[in-house]
Amino acid sequence: MKNPALSINRLLKSYGKLRALKEISLEVNRGELFGLIGPDGAGKTSLIRILATLLLPDGGSAEVLGHDVIREYKVIRNKMGYMPGRFSLYQDLTILENLELFASIYETTVEKNYHLIKDIYAQIEPFKDRKAGQLSGGMKQKLALSCAMIHEPEILFLDEPTTGVDPVSRNEFWEMLKKLREKGITIIVSTPYMDEANLCDRVALIQDGAIMSVDTPEAVVETFPTFLYAIKSSDKYLLLQDLRDYPNVNSVFAFGEYLHYTDKRKELPEDELRQYLEEHKHRELEIKRIEPGIEDCFMAFMEKEN
Amino acid sequence: MEEPIIYAKDLTKKFGDFTAVDAISFEINRGEIFGFLGANGAGKTTAMKMLIGLWKPTSGKASVAGFDVYREAEKIKKNIGYMSQRFSLYEDLTVVENIQFYAGIYGLTNQQIKSKTTGLIEKLGLLEVRDSRIQSLPLGWKQKLAFSVAILHDPKIVFLDEPTGGVDPITRRQFWDLIYEAAHNGITVFVTTHYMDEAEYCDRVSIMVNGRIEALDNPSTLKKQFNVDTMHEVFVKMARPQEA
Repeated sequence: MKNPALSINRLLKSYGKLRALKEISLEVNRGELFGLIGPDGAGKTSLIRILATLLLPDGGSAEVLGHDVIREYKVIRNKMGYMPGRFSLYQDLTILENLELFASIYETTVEKNYHLIKDIYAQIEPFKDRKAGQLSGGMKQKLALSCAMIHEPEILFLDEPTTGVDPVSRNEFWEMLKKLREKGITIIVSTPYMDEANLCDRVALIQDGAIMSVDTPEAVVETFPTFLYAIKSSDKYLLLQDLRDYPNVNSVFAFGEYLHYTDKRKELPEDELRQYLEEHKHRELEIKRIEPGIEDCFMAFMEKEN
Repeated sequence: MEEPIIYAKDLTKKFGDFTAVDAISFEINRGEIFGFLGANGAGKTTAMKMLIGLWKPTSGKASVAGFDVYREAEKIKKNIGYMSQRFSLYEDLTVVENIQFYAGIYGLTNQQIKSKTTGLIEKLGLLEVRDSRIQSLPLGWKQKLAFSVAILHDPKIVFLDEPTGGVDPITRRQFWDLIYEAAHNGITVFVTTHYMDEAEYCDRVSIMVNGRIEALDNPSTLKKQFNVDTMHEVFVKMARPQEA
């Protein structure tokens, strides 16, 4: 029998006129590292707070580990770990004091569950007498994750753990998540960084309170509706303008050192486009077909919804 | 030759024993888009606060728009625009009220304020929400408006501190359209970001590590130098986050 970690059915949440979640349905399997990918205001935090039994939905239903988020919230709270978007530990307690506080709330001890947090906690343990308020961003993150793990949760909710964090620290954080996943814990993680989607088993792309797509990152990319080209020339600003004025343009977006371009026609006559751009005095032209990434797909979904 | 619009030589800021910014030197030219990169805690914000005249350096030299950061901090503030992630718009004022409020602070005449307001609202497509309060607008609209307000007084330089955090990928690119346009019109753009694809949009970038500038060049040269394909890889190779 199927025994999903999350089972969400037509979940609704509004704040006044703003519809934060528009009948979201979703199922997540046990042991999955599942990503909620979307920008600020997409509804990620509302969804996570409802699942973490901190916010009541207006309609629909949701089960976490088979328990209803409204009726059985107390059961869920003992089985889940939660790391909110904003650092919420006690700034004037030390690292160790914060950890012991969380352990004692769940009637366990740091010693008993040390093995669970060892990989993460060992990195900050040398500073265990330092106050949490005086830690660097990366260290706060490790402490918050340790606190969320100390009672041996079956499922972890991480609300934008990497937002505002530099790329190196982000890499380190995802390495930690991979290790936790190997222990069999279900992990639900939200992020506005599209490139992090590739590090998840499956992802939901969320925009404007609705899920645009749910699948493995590889399968999401396969749904990209057309051929994608990367184009660059010596002047990116003018290239962007000229491609927008090209009669057969479907979409053109800046993408790192290239522009990503799709054409209205099924296949792009590269020579024709090259000629057009050369007439517009673009030098050092490069046009090549490329495989789309999650961010290309996200934008394609967004354009389709509009 | 034209003088650099931002000039820093051995610029240093210490807090007690801790050197947050350690003798950084660079020159930025007019109309450049300059990416100021670094890991959390590398010293970016401290450096930026010295350049915009908020904090006095401990030692070293710097001038911004031709004004000295020690003696002419007030003149610097008048000649730059600034936008941070927590943008500066007033949530309970309307779109029009915000534009007029900032135009007034920047000392624009009534005639200028009128034409700037009309022009901005048209350009950003905000006609329907011109009398709506800022708090009711989507994040992306707020960011674009905040940027436009930051350059309302046609400053020589605009400082952007992680301007695009959290917005959707399409809005993020629309925001960069505004940046390109500003640079095209001769405004120098000094920007910090954690999105490494955005680093590629810059004419030149610097990477700060533990208070020092460890790399400074255009993105393609840096990529060649490190023998990698993306700025992300350059960044990961360079920037060891400072722990403890």
